[in-house]
Amino acid sequence: MTDAALASAPPVSDEVAVQITGMNKWYGQFHVLRDINLTVTRGERIVICGPSGSGKSTLIRCINRLEEHQSGHIVVDGTELTSNLRNIDKVRSEVGMVFQHFNLFPHLTVLENCTLAPMWVRKIPKREAEATAMEFLEKVRIPEQAGKYPGQLSGGQQQRVAIARSLCMRPKIMLFDEPTSALDPEMIKEVLDTMIELAREGMTMLCVTHEMGFAQAVANRVIFMDQGQIVEQNTPREFFNNPRSDRTKLFLSQILGH
Amino acid sequence: MSDLHSQTVAYSRDTMLPPVPPPRREAGAVRWLRENLFSGPLNIILTILAIWVLWLALRDVLPWAWRGIWNAGSISECRTIRDQLYGEGTSAACWAVIRARWQQLVFGFYPASELWRPPLALVVFLLAVLPILFADLPRRLLWLTAAAPFLIVWLLWGGPIWGPVAVALGFGLGWLAWRIVARAGGPLLGAVAAILVPVLYWIFVDAPLTAALARILPIGLTPVRSSDFGGFTLSIVIGLSGITLSLPLGILLALARRSEMFIISKVAVIYIEVIRGVPLIVWLLVAQVLLNYFLPSGTNFDILLRVIIMVTLFSSAYIAEVIRGGLAALPRGQYEAADALGLGYWQAMQLIVLPQALKISIPGIVNSFIGLFKDTTLVSIISLFDPMRMSSTIRATTEWGGIYWELYIFVAAVFFVFCFAMSRYSMWLEQRLERSHR
Ligand SMILES: Nc1ncnc2c1ncn2[C@@H]1O[C@H](COP(=O)(O)OP(=O)(O)OP(=O)(O)O)[C@@H](O)[C@H]1O
Ligand SMILES: [Mg+2]
Repeated sequence: MTDAALASAPPVSDEVAVQITGMNKWYGQFHVLRDINLTVTRGERIVICGPSGSGKSTLIRCINRLEEHQSGHIVVDGTELTSNLRNIDKVRSEVGMVFQHFNLFPHLTVLENCTLAPMWVRKIPKREAEATAMEFLEKVRIPEQAGKYPGQLSGGQQQRVAIARSLCMRPKIMLFDEPTSALDPEMIKEVLDTMIELAREGMTMLCVTHEMGFAQAVANRVIFMDQGQIVEQNTPREFFNNPRSDRTKLFLSQILGH
Repeated sequence: MSDLHSQTVAYSRDTMLPPVPPPRREAGAVRWLRENLFSGPLNIILTILAIWVLWLALRDVLPWAWRGIWNAGSISECRTIRDQLYGEGTSAACWAVIRARWQQLVFGFYPASELWRPPLALVVFLLAVLPILFADLPRRLLWLTAAAPFLIVWLLWGGPIWGPVAVALGFGLGWLAWRIVARAGGPLLGAVAAILVPVLYWIFVDAPLTAALARILPIGLTPVRSSDFGGFTLSIVIGLSGITLSLPLGILLALARRSEMFIISKVAVIYIEVIRGVPLIVWLLVAQVLLNYFLPSGTNFDILLRVIIMVTLFSSAYIAEVIRGGLAALPRGQYEAADALGLGYWQAMQLIVLPQALKISIPGIVNSFIGLFKDTTLVSIISLFDPMRMSSTIRATTEWGGIYWELYIFVAAVFFVFCFAMSRYSMWLEQRLERSHR
């Protein structure tokens, strides 16, 4: 599966999608992210892992400015994230995000969840937005749920709706923050399958996850974080077979359960 | 394999059970009575006690109300009729006072020939809120909603139509100023212009313009003075204005209080605490007396308008607190998802946050509205003729001196009907909006 997925994926280009240089972030006195340097090229699929509290969520949330960094630079798709609101809006409309707890809008139907942002941010006419939404709902294989409310769906279905909702904005980059860790085991697969399909189509993805099978199947690179720093990054094969740092070895032995 | 068996021995089911409908509940009045009123000794005692207290309360009141006399010109006539019908000294209500004076109780001193205007204004109001209450109606109807306040003011107070038209023009000018200046000089300058231009217009241009238009094309209704408003018309005018104006103001205050901008949130906090910390009656006296000191002498600022403003400001502080509770109850993920999708602040508020927060706040909001509506009776202390004061006035006449229960019961009943309707509407709305949350 690993080789098939990678083989069918379009080649990674050398166009830069996200460039983070010398980035630091503090929560009050607490230094959460320390000197982060990371370049993601278009079409690259990156898996970020690491122990709890190591700053994985904070890092990817900085990329669409849900969190503000205090020093260093983050350039997303050619736009630097500063306090300039116009830049922030521009980046957010190009970057999709999928949350651990789905964060669907419970007062809107599945279809409305998917058409809201295209209609209000991109000013796409309702009919066109609905057609796009149905297309993506079909892609995540739940078009028949379009008229339901999120509360009527299972966790796995909700997460797939959340993915479709992001895709409806036709983002260039997708961020995933532990998309499967709130799900029951039998639902994890349906969400991962959706993500694998997305990876095959060449989507640029940054994914915080502990699903190591997924990392091996689709990632170009695995990044290991600890204490707010990038400790190791490598291809999945090297990362899992030849971890270099002791922290990585310890982490892998815990997570793979031996 | 039996179920008993399955608990002791390794077991695997060979046939799956088909679903069967749930057992039907026993029904019937007897069962209901037994379960709810006579289920045990304590319950039986309480039931009997409650029936006894009810009997004590109603044994005199019901016959009194039932025997009531509806046709009479004065209380003494009422008494004569009663003595003839039931014998001397029997207690019987004299509902005739309500028949005779309902016009005053409902319309105050509104000119008799113009009584069609307040109900029509109410109908216009109800039509105008329809597109807000029911989102499925075409959005174009909102233009009617925007025009309704001016139409309602014109219907109620009369005068040349040009007055409201000229005032409405001010809002149009403000909007125009915003569009032009905001595009050229940014939103802050735009906001300043949007406030300054209409205010200047209202101070300097509005009155001469109205006068000129009225000379050229005199269309108008008989003017009615604010002091002629009274009874339930007064309560409803103050109550509904207060309700419709304090909701948007309360929403803005709640958002301001949660704002990340220090000054804005502190101003909102101070406003809310000060307004809530002082009784409404004091604010009404302030409206009556003090505002005149602050305004340039010679300006005759309508007392009813002052009261409406005060009631609105007062109620908006309460509404703001109720809505703040709703805002706080929303999970942070909702804000984050809206941000991540690229929605702007106002879009996120309008589309994601407020629909959910308001839904949570409906019981509290309606509670505040009911309180506000009943509090309109407080205006009697600043010499406006609300239903209570109107009742006292009627009692002070020679015909109806000495009557009181009948009038108060009528006033109470009408208030109850309105408040109960609001309460029912809110429950209906809550149920309709009930959507499966996570
Ligand atoms: N709003 C906040 N204020 C203060 N500290 C915070 C805040 N959010 C996160 N932190 C702290 O920052 C650190 C990094 O948090 P982060 O959520 O990025 O970790 P994570 O790697 O995603 O962990 P997990 O695997 O548990 O999700 C944690 O120690 C956390 O306690
Ligand atoms: Mg996390």
